[in-house]
Amino acid sequence: MGFFRSLFQPQRSSAQVAKERLKIVLAHERAGSRAPDFLPTLQKELIAVVGRYVDISDDMIRVTLGNSGDTSSLEINIEIEGAKLKKGGGPALSAAV
Amino acid sequence: MAKVIVVTSGKGGVGKTTTSAAFAAGLALRGHKTVVIDFDVGLRNLDLVMGCERRVVFDFINVINGDANLNQALIKDKRHDNLFIFPTSQTRDKNALKREGVERVMEELKQQFDYIICDSPAGIEHGAITALYFADSAIIVTNPEVSSVRDSDRIIGILASKSRRAERNEPPVDVHLLLTRYDPARVAKGEMLAVEDVKEILSIPLLGVIPESESVLRASNTGTPVVFDEDSPAGRAYVDAVARFLGETREMRFVTPERRNFFWALFGRA
Repeated sequence: MGFFRSLFQPQRSSAQVAKERLKIVLAHERAGSRAPDFLPTLQKELIAVVGRYVDISDDMIRVTLGNSGDTSSLEINIEIEGAKLKKGGGPALSAAV
Repeated sequence: MAKVIVVTSGKGGVGKTTTSAAFAAGLALRGHKTVVIDFDVGLRNLDLVMGCERRVVFDFINVINGDANLNQALIKDKRHDNLFIFPTSQTRDKNALKREGVERVMEELKQQFDYIICDSPAGIEHGAITALYFADSAIIVTNPEVSSVRDSDRIIGILASKSRRAERNEPPVDVHLLLTRYDPARVAKGEMLAVEDVKEILSIPLLGVIPESESVLRASNTGTPVVFDEDSPAGRAYVDAVARFLGETREMRFVTPERRNFFWALFGRA
């Protein structure tokens, strides 16, 4: 079987495998290292602010940094479906977070 | 205006010291007054590769601490008037390289030299960061091998964020890829990453390709920078890389397998 498979499916060279593995791992690592340090703090503060108005849990806010071409975007996803609105809207925004 | 060049890689054993020695000697041969500094505190080796290990009296740390002046510590190469070696200390105190002290010494060196080559230690710790901090240019020494390419990518990121140029929002350190220990025959067989692959992955300009060559070990055995060996393919590849660094256009040599004649195939080494 192995013989037939190798006849019809040319084996990738180990150098090709190396190149593909590197491309994948570096894409991950570059995305990670380029994310600014403030993202976790931003997420925490957003949760605190939104949490004054709506009952939400930590995993309902996602902050991601996107890159496409020359533009980068900061994407903030807040999931409030099923969350309970708080009465009275909570304290003013100027209060310390 | 003096230019500071860091020779770095992240990964160890890829040829940073060999490259530092060859590059410094190559720049000196081209008429530029050059000093090569060993930043690998505690694991001094540049002196051996340059063949001046018995002439070390004072070192980098002595000068930083004010125990000796610069000219007492600089070793003038016996082969070339333009070439100087600045050895490091064997101390085990990793934090002996204080940034303010290094900065003061760098400024003093800039008054005397055209090029200052900083031979970085492996890793991304204090010594490696100090070696790249003052750089204007960087030579990223990379082997065509996964761990070396990954570490090079990491160090390129660090140059873009932690160097003095990055901190001061100045034009970025200009980075060059130097691919070493390249074996064109294995590349042809699909056993080794090709120069184009590494270039594509790291996406920085290519300064040169140094072929795997017996002459490199021979050069370090005798303490002679490999560029002084005119018969050595690696030495000639370094001479080309220095010329490209100085702005010349030179075709890449030693990137295709050597053509071996019939008799070589019969009687030559496998």
